[in-house]
Amino acid sequence: MATLIAPEHASPVEDAEALRKAFQGWGTDEKAVISILGHRTATQRQLIRHAYEEIYKEDLIKRLESELSGDFEKAVYRWILDPTDRDAVLLNVAIKHSPIPDYRVIVEISCIRSPEEFLAVKRAYQIRYKRSIEEDLASHTKGDIRKLLFALVSTFRYDGNEINARLANSEADVLRNAIKEREFNHEEIIRIVSTRSKLQLLATLNHYKDDYETSITKHLVDGPANDYLVALRTAIRCFNDPQKYYEKVIRNALNKPGTDEDALTRVIVTTAEKDLEVIKELYYKRNTVSLHKAVGKHTSGDYKAFLRALLGKED
Amino acid sequence: MAVSDEIGALTRAFSGLGIDEKSLISILGKWHPEQRNSFRKGTRNFFIEDERQFERWDDRHIIQLEREFLRFKNAMLLWTMHPWERDARLAKEALYKGPQYGVLIEIACTRSSEELLGARRAYHSLFERSIEEEVASRVGGIERKLLVALLSSYRYEGPRVNEEIAKTEAKTLCNAIKNAGKKPAIEEEEVLRILTTRSKLHIKAVYKHYKEISGKYLDQDLDAELGLKETVQCLCLPQTYFSKVLDDALKTSVDEITKETVTRVIVTRADADMKQIKEEYHQKYGATLSKKIEDVANGNYREFLLTLVARGDQ
Repeated sequence: MATLIAPEHASPVEDAEALRKAFQGWGTDEKAVISILGHRTATQRQLIRHAYEEIYKEDLIKRLESELSGDFEKAVYRWILDPTDRDAVLLNVAIKHSPIPDYRVIVEISCIRSPEEFLAVKRAYQIRYKRSIEEDLASHTKGDIRKLLFALVSTFRYDGNEINARLANSEADVLRNAIKEREFNHEEIIRIVSTRSKLQLLATLNHYKDDYETSITKHLVDGPANDYLVALRTAIRCFNDPQKYYEKVIRNALNKPGTDEDALTRVIVTTAEKDLEVIKELYYKRNTVSLHKAVGKHTSGDYKAFLRALLGKED
Repeated sequence: MAVSDEIGALTRAFSGLGIDEKSLISILGKWHPEQRNSFRKGTRNFFIEDERQFERWDDRHIIQLEREFLRFKNAMLLWTMHPWERDARLAKEALYKGPQYGVLIEIACTRSSEELLGARRAYHSLFERSIEEEVASRVGGIERKLLVALLSSYRYEGPRVNEEIAKTEAKTLCNAIKNAGKKPAIEEEEVLRILTTRSKLHIKAVYKHYKEISGKYLDQDLDAELGLKETVQCLCLPQTYFSKVLDDALKTSVDEITKETVTRVIVTRADADMKQIKEEYHQKYGATLSKKIEDVANGNYREFLLTLVARGDQ
């Protein structure tokens, strides 16, 4: 369930004019920016962008980039982008991250989006960066992590309901055997995790838990501490329970000394119109404090106000 | 016509690609039982002497005949299919019959990004699996890496090419090929990365730079490498690839899998680059493609192929 609180009918022209007014004079009326943009759906935001461009012959996004700053600006920028475009930008930022790419983001987006959604992201990436995400990813990574990420990013999984139980059983065994031999980077692990349909994969993971009494991620913790295994475990978590995964990302982002604003922004902006409500509940269950309060404690200023607007109802 | 001529004509009607139905009707149709009897006794390669004293059709020939009779029907089916369904079915067959990696490479590399994507979607609908999971689970070793990556590719198709990077990557390929004695180029991560992720325009630029650096052609230097030669040809010089593959297949003495190449290539390229394939074919092999088809194919099947091939002349 979404947390975004947006009116059913909004006038893009009025919103564009109000934003323009917020930019005028000294400084920016950030509260106005938040009260409008923080309460509009993706479609409404698109319409506002068009209206603003029509009336003022200027790209609203560019204007926002120059008027706002810091974490607030980054958050508004990501928020106002069309969701597929946003994912493409997040992926590009993750690939270009230094000193090494931000593998977790790449795994997260490629595993949580549906095959069709991710395909749209790949198209958006090509349009924006004039290269395919596969070629950028491959040229910035190598070794086992490249193998895994490349496979996760290239795949176009079957998204139907057919599950083969016998296959799930046999592939659970294949996974177990590879792990037993401590061949965590085994071709077969990558093959199964990156090509099977999500439903088929979940069936396989369930069989694994039934047959071996532990979830596969616990067995994978035994391996060497390398990026590849972290990415593999992340992928499996994303398949199993994306909301639980997101809750953990937020929790870690808030607990980290200094707060990981990028991760916090990414999750909230991505899920505000999807399932942030569920994530809020999970957060409260886990931490006994509401996400609203936690965000309020670890962030400040306009950035805080914006996030809390996206978090919706405070309970 | 003298009987021996008729038998010759009949044999001819059954040989090659497709069946000359008209000859069968005009000759066989009027034969009396005695004539058909002489035919059975006289053609040892179609009929064998059964131990119970009668001439029996050789089973292998019946199978052969079935194939030839069906060749036209299969061409029709393939031609009328949506290109996505067509490629999905061709890929499935290539994977299960053979397996024919060359066909998989052909489909993955000669179709546009959207066409390949469409084929992958159709594969989901037809077979309830993704093509990459099927290929990955049925193919092992180093071919798996190449095929899965090629079939999963969704290449950028815009005009932007970074010549500096193309030059560097040509050097990388050069070094990998030089080192092929110790480690086959196909096992080099970088070789696979370049060939399976870069846009076609980019790879063509790499091809050009490779020639400038080494003095040789990339596809020729990859002669010994499993699948890499076809990959480069399909990406850079599809017409060269198709005309070679057709020439190999337009023979009467090849196996069924090779014969099926003729239908596949002509049906899938008729609306694409048939004109260029004909020109290339003429240049390389002297004869025209149409003449070769006339020599080797029969009946409705032949007429159909010739019609498709002539479309390139508009």
